[in-house]
Amino acid sequence: MSKIAFFVLAFLSIFSAMMVVFSRKPVHSVLSLIFCFFTIAGHYILLNAQFLAAVHIIVYAGAIMVLFLFVIMLLNLNAESEPHKTSAGKIAAVVSGGLLLLVLVSVLKSTDGLQLSAAPDSQVGMVKNLGMVLYDKYMLPFEVSALLFLTAMIGATMIGKKELD
Amino acid sequence: METADLIFKIVFVLGVFGVSLVIAMYSTYAERKVAAFFQDRIGPNRAGPFGLLQPLADGVKMFMKEEIIPTHADKALFILGPSIAMLTACMTSVVIPWGSSLIINGKEYVMQITDVNIGILYVFGVVSIGVYGIMIGGWASNNKFSLLGALRASSQMISYELAMGMSIIALVMMTGTLSIREIVESQPGAHWNVFVQPLGFLLFLICAFAETNRTPFDLPECETELVGGYHTEYSSMKLGFYLFAEYINMFISSAIIVCLYFGGYNFPFLNSLGLSHNLTAILGTVLMFGKIFFFIFFFMWVRWTIPRFRYDQLMRLGWKILIPLAVLNIVITAVVLLFKYDLWNTSIN
Repeated sequence: MSKIAFFVLAFLSIFSAMMVVFSRKPVHSVLSLIFCFFTIAGHYILLNAQFLAAVHIIVYAGAIMVLFLFVIMLLNLNAESEPHKTSAGKIAAVVSGGLLLLVLVSVLKSTDGLQLSAAPDSQVGMVKNLGMVLYDKYMLPFEVSALLFLTAMIGATMIGKKELD
Repeated sequence: METADLIFKIVFVLGVFGVSLVIAMYSTYAERKVAAFFQDRIGPNRAGPFGLLQPLADGVKMFMKEEIIPTHADKALFILGPSIAMLTACMTSVVIPWGSSLIINGKEYVMQITDVNIGILYVFGVVSIGVYGIMIGGWASNNKFSLLGALRASSQMISYELAMGMSIIALVMMTGTLSIREIVESQPGAHWNVFVQPLGFLLFLICAFAETNRTPFDLPECETELVGGYHTEYSSMKLGFYLFAEYINMFISSAIIVCLYFGGYNFPFLNSLGLSHNLTAILGTVLMFGKIFFFIFFFMWVRWTIPRFRYDQLMRLGWKILIPLAVLNIVITAVVLLFKYDLWNTSIN
């Protein structure tokens, strides 16, 4: 049952990820990306990480992608007004994309021999366990990353303020 | 899952779905009657006794109207918009506990479709998807008024989602759970959360108004500035879906307010009446619906009493007043909890 769900979700996420690149209209790309996030949330649920799935949808699909959609709707991009890309830029994109693929493939190949260190626990992704781990074992990294977000927030406010003066 | 369980679940799902649709339908009637009362008119009274068949007549009218899809609209997205609005409106009722439990043939059936342990987060997730229905519809119409309405709606909903989430955090800190059922069960009798979290309740209520796009926060469909807002280009049942989704959202938000702050199906002295388990549960559900209807009325009451905000006032209220107040509420709750915990610890030793 969960195997079928996994394959359907995997197919949908790869398909929608490809639609992000291939669709002609920018708004359709963004919508495919949102759909892709939903399928990834589905994968989290299959891995018993309900909390992560919910937060993923609220933060990525619910907030960040709304801003993406905002910008693209206001820019009103279409085929005619699309800026022409130089061939040097295209070549650079292909080379860097290929290198990324190479790295990903090599990393994935090296995971073949890995064994699971612990038996899968169906309760591992529940809010209670996650909270215990975050605020107990990984307290310092958690707080440091919170500080990082705060800095980013203040930075964004500063940049926004500058334009007003 | 056994057959009996499965049948109960199916019946219950269909029941919840049907009830929310019927309540949303009659909310439109109630809204017109309430408006009429506030403005010293009679309101709809032609279709059926007291105009009770008016919602049906409206529905038939909506279905019979000609469907128009503008030539320059993005056709697929134009249809997707109202579909998402309707879908997300109907999805939230899944995690709401409608009653305690029924015992049929010695087996206990919980009156809730599913008790997810992250119930509140699920609600927030669905609400945040709801924005897309409006945004996509407004953009796909290819009309500047629609686009403006959609942009207003989404920026408003994102801003108020923040304050809403933060007002909930204080509540979650107190109850120590994200499951809506456990929150309801933590407020037995008259120990309702509204008495210990009055500020949080007020913030949540204001944000609920903003999230459902109701007056005084109905700027996305502000007719004096934007014709009809995001649904300017919509006609027939697609328009109907947008309007209908608003009424379902109103019902669901009332239900969530009741569950989080007004004890859900709990009521003072209900358990000491000495009634049988099933009767108590049914009475609890009836009382819960009573509370929900009060909040639906409250939504309408506010709509016909308070004029709408200006857009800059709306943003100022959201970012500069509600969010700081929500943070203050969290801090106060944390201090009180810490104090209580300390007191409890010392009294034990």
